[in-house]
Amino acid sequence: MMSQSAPKFSSTGTQATRIVGVLTIVVMTWVVISGLVFTPADVVQGESVRIMYVHVPSAWIAYLAFIVTAIASAFYIFAKRHSLGFDRVAGASAEVGVMFMVITLVTGSLWGRLTWGEFWQWDPRLTTTAFLLVTYIGYLAVRRLDGSIEQRARRSAVIALLAVLEIPLVHFSVVFWRSLHQRATILDPNGDVKMDGLMLFTLFSGVVGFTLVFVWLILHRQRTMLLSDLANQSGLDAAILARQNESVSN
Amino acid sequence: MKKTAIKTAKRRVASAVFIKDLRIEARSRVVTNQVLPFAGLIMVMFAFALDNDDVLQRVAGGLIWLATIFSLFIIVQRSFAIDTSDSALDSLRVAGIDLSAVFLGKAIALSLQLIALDVVLIAAAFLLYQVQVSVIGLVLLVTCVVCATTGLGFVGTLYGGLTAGTNGRETLLPLLLLPVVAPVLIAATRATEAAFGSGGAAISEGWAWVGLLAIFAAVFGVGGSLAFGPLIDE
Repeated sequence: MMSQSAPKFSSTGTQATRIVGVLTIVVMTWVVISGLVFTPADVVQGESVRIMYVHVPSAWIAYLAFIVTAIASAFYIFAKRHSLGFDRVAGASAEVGVMFMVITLVTGSLWGRLTWGEFWQWDPRLTTTAFLLVTYIGYLAVRRLDGSIEQRARRSAVIALLAVLEIPLVHFSVVFWRSLHQRATILDPNGDVKMDGLMLFTLFSGVVGFTLVFVWLILHRQRTMLLSDLANQSGLDAAILARQNESVSN
Repeated sequence: MKKTAIKTAKRRVASAVFIKDLRIEARSRVVTNQVLPFAGLIMVMFAFALDNDDVLQRVAGGLIWLATIFSLFIIVQRSFAIDTSDSALDSLRVAGIDLSAVFLGKAIALSLQLIALDVVLIAAAFLLYQVQVSVIGLVLLVTCVVCATTGLGFVGTLYGGLTAGTNGRETLLPLLLLPVVAPVLIAATRATEAAFGSGGAAISEGWAWVGLLAIFAAVFGVGGSLAFGPLIDE
């Protein structure tokens, strides 16, 4: 049985989400204009370097989202009070993470076609990323399995924690297998920045902008999940009440 | 004293579940009559598709493990279908049995069935693909089969328990399992290729991959023992 009381909000928006939303629009507008117009083309990569302003932040957000999913799942499992709020944050974060992971793979493939001449290479980081995507698609499928909300929460929390075990093993085995990915170009091992100032600022603006998008989406999505859970539960309660009334009238 | 009693009870439960699963297989003969022919057919179909003796020798290791993984799905689904159709798992839970012992019993039974399957598949590779193996290569091959099937047994049982009794389990199980078993496919294939000497691979190269298989089995053995109870305890 669900333990939440009826939500106090009539929509999923609040003052905080509106502020985050406005900030997101401002930062993302700057990233689009700067990335497409103000920043120069790269000496080696040419215009294709502009893909980086989407690719790098979306990869960062995808990994952040999956970390949030794992942490929220751990809180759900190990906390004394198994709060379904953690489950909803985990689910919302995984959904957003899958979306950004798809963006990462698509933009990475486009960049690879321009730079390597092929859409796909069996490089460890690419392969691990693809496996990560499939793993979290599976996680989302588990969330849609039939059963109670508590069953959903427990199953998906366990799967999310198992994914934490799985990811290093997949990555390690694939790294053993082969390697090709572009090495980190922003920071060298000494920590020295090797990038044009405006390009770097635009890239970090992209990271900030995408993080705001992530936060905004999570806030709304976990609230729509709460409303959906409550709607399902109230439907069940209404059906039980109707049956009880039938038996009383008979 | 109490700890020893718990351990003994756990061992007895694991052993009972292990014997029960193997007895069901011995009576129904699904693995021998259906899964083995299916895996053998996969090996033959690969030969049709690739149609080149040199290529088949080169990729024999990968084909053996792909056939094993495809067969794993069938064995796992059948094993849990039996347990859920007459609510056997529910009965075990009601009896207050330690579910990690159930997990271990089922996983070891599954691993044993996979070992039997692999013996036949490797024999088929000798016959159909003309692979060869030295005595030292055979030691590597046996170790690889034991480690890989143990790992597959653990993850197969864990995810089989998760999808047991749910709608759409036939499609969900491969979706969940394939990414997880990717390290086993890669490592077991490379170790088997080293044992066969495919593509000039040295036998010594195979032991690092066997190490990875052992780590995989250990991680999912421990993780599965902890997670199996919460997954099916509903």
